[in-house]
Amino acid sequence: MSDQAMGKTLYDKLWDSHVVRQDDDGTALIYIDKQLLHEVTSPQAFEGLRLANRQPWRTDANLATPDHNVPTTAFNSIDDIVDPVSRIQVQTLGMNAKEFGITEFGIGDIRQGIVHVVGPEEGATLPGMTLVCGDSHTATHGALGALAHGVGTSEVEHVLATQCLIQKKMKNMLVKVNGKLRNGVTPKDAILAIIGKIGTAGGNGHAIEFGGQVFEDMSVEGRMTVCNMAIEAGARVGVVAVDDKTVDYVQGRPFSPKGKDWEVAVKAWQDLHSDSDAEFDTVVEMEGAEIEPQVSWGTSPEMVLDVNATVPNPTNEKDSVKADAIQRALDYMGLTADMAIKDIPADYVFIGSCTNSRIEDFRAAAKVLKGRKIAGSVEQALAVPGSGLVKKQAEDEGLDKIFIEAGFEWRNPGCSMCLAMNADKLPDGKHCASTSNRNFEGRQGAGGRTHLVSPAMAAAAAIAGHFVDVRDMLEAG
Amino acid sequence: MEKFTIISSVVAPMDRANIDTDAIIPKQFLKSIKRTGFGPNLFDEWRYLDIGQPDSDNSHRPLNKDFVLNQPEYADSKILLARENFGCGSSREHAPWALKDYGFEVVIAPSFADIFFNNCFKNGILPIVLSESNINGLFASTENIKGYSVMVDLEKQVITTQGGGKLAFEVDQFRKHCLLNGLDDIGLTLKHEAEIKAFEKKYQAKNPWLFG
Ligand code: SF4
Repeated sequence: MSDQAMGKTLYDKLWDSHVVRQDDDGTALIYIDKQLLHEVTSPQAFEGLRLANRQPWRTDANLATPDHNVPTTAFNSIDDIVDPVSRIQVQTLGMNAKEFGITEFGIGDIRQGIVHVVGPEEGATLPGMTLVCGDSHTATHGALGALAHGVGTSEVEHVLATQCLIQKKMKNMLVKVNGKLRNGVTPKDAILAIIGKIGTAGGNGHAIEFGGQVFEDMSVEGRMTVCNMAIEAGARVGVVAVDDKTVDYVQGRPFSPKGKDWEVAVKAWQDLHSDSDAEFDTVVEMEGAEIEPQVSWGTSPEMVLDVNATVPNPTNEKDSVKADAIQRALDYMGLTADMAIKDIPADYVFIGSCTNSRIEDFRAAAKVLKGRKIAGSVEQALAVPGSGLVKKQAEDEGLDKIFIEAGFEWRNPGCSMCLAMNADKLPDGKHCASTSNRNFEGRQGAGGRTHLVSPAMAAAAAIAGHFVDVRDMLEAG
Repeated sequence: MEKFTIISSVVAPMDRANIDTDAIIPKQFLKSIKRTGFGPNLFDEWRYLDIGQPDSDNSHRPLNKDFVLNQPEYADSKILLARENFGCGSSREHAPWALKDYGFEVVIAPSFADIFFNNCFKNGILPIVLSESNINGLFASTENIKGYSVMVDLEKQVITTQGGGKLAFEVDQFRKHCLLNGLDDIGLTLKHEAEIKAFEKKYQAKNPWLFG
């Protein structure tokens, strides 16, 4: 495979530049440049350090912020978190950060938010880096040309103590989407369509590079939405090549290199793309123009269809295992075979999560919501910015008013109804148009029924009270 | 991790197959922020007559007197004997944390679930696989002899029974090395500390903006 003459993929380059040592069986020690910490998966790691009397290898390589458990309603201090377990987790993160000298953006800090929004926003995520976090959606950061993936609690401790991770190299996969996305079709639709095509195990064992004109044309934030869901396609890593847009995005952020360092860094980053003669173990090609706005109908992200499609009928499926899975999903979701996606109600609407809670997401939704009101049948519509800074930016642009006038609740940053660890829960049996990334049973609340969509599609569903093709509204508006 | 030495202890017999990790440590205890302190809730649903919560005062809960670990002769047991497929179910690392915190250092069974088996080694517990007939023999001995105990010698890979019988067992050599020397993954990696430092130095010279 690694013939000297052969070109390297972006993943190969990122891997090679971080190998400290490698055993004959391929087990390698990989140097980690940055670790992001949040309150749920770090406490046992810090405790492990304490028990073994160890110190972090490098405190400056870590950055902490609470997100999973934080309330999104207005509150003054950690003491106001009602659930005692949540409160203790958030408090513990603060105490651990303090004890070990790690920078934390805590409650009340405008920079606090979902780790995967905060990292890039602060310039803590940079091209060419290796980055880990005790969270599977760490793939998000690959949008900047970084090698980023989720790790378990023992590994969080391992990285804290050694600045390294024990790893075996993954295989290379290229998902190439040619041409252009049509109007009203967004990065979220692109990644949902990809998952619909390759399945939730499609990327198993691979690092996925997203290439082709669609991703070249895409904004950096859009690329984050795409890489975020690489894990739903079975891959722990998603990456996009560095280009001028990446460099522009990174420039001037608090942790970004400055002065002479900046010049050197930008030069080094020019090489962060796959060589033209690089070979991938697996290649998938799609046409951007064929992607329609997507809505997930079932209980796995691969159970996704065009908004104008009808829900599948298990009797049309020859494979009995698949037919059973369809039937089980229909039962859980309270849907009947062959019904139109557009006839599915949207009782709840959630615009947020590390997939879609950046400024461009709120702009896209606001464009649909402007001058409109959500349907009377919608019981709750939440807009939850990914960080305090996203919230402020949106408010500076007046977007909060558009959301509030339309009938949305404009909340504080956090994971919120993406996984319902805080008070924001989707009730039993209710359908939710959600911009998050997982539609597993009970993910947004016990018995809740999640439909994954883009921010624009979620806004359109809020107005209509059921799923609709947002393009009809954009044209009408 | 502490070095794994020779373990001599009463054998606590749990005559069940497919003991899953949810039975070992029920899910309401996973919200803890610690990896210690799970011992009092090990096998919570079998050990107590009420339903335990993370904030329950375990010393005041009604005990299930019939449960093996509630019988006085097993109070300090370090060796657990069970049937096939021990540790199946969710991958939670809390299961070996709970066994270890309770005081178990060895689990003997005819087979183990994969992830649990690996998690044991990561947390200083030795899982030993013996044949059905040897397992049957051990269960019979625990029934016939009150306070039946054995000695586990990892170095020699042999269990010496109270009556002087010897039962040999297999163990992955790398894992054995780690247990005997008290090496966890972090300890192992830190053996390469000099290499990491050397890498870091060169790397920092090239990428100074990633430091400080
Ligand atoms: S927003 Fe959802 S997916 Fe993202 S980190 Fe939070 S809980 Fe995980």
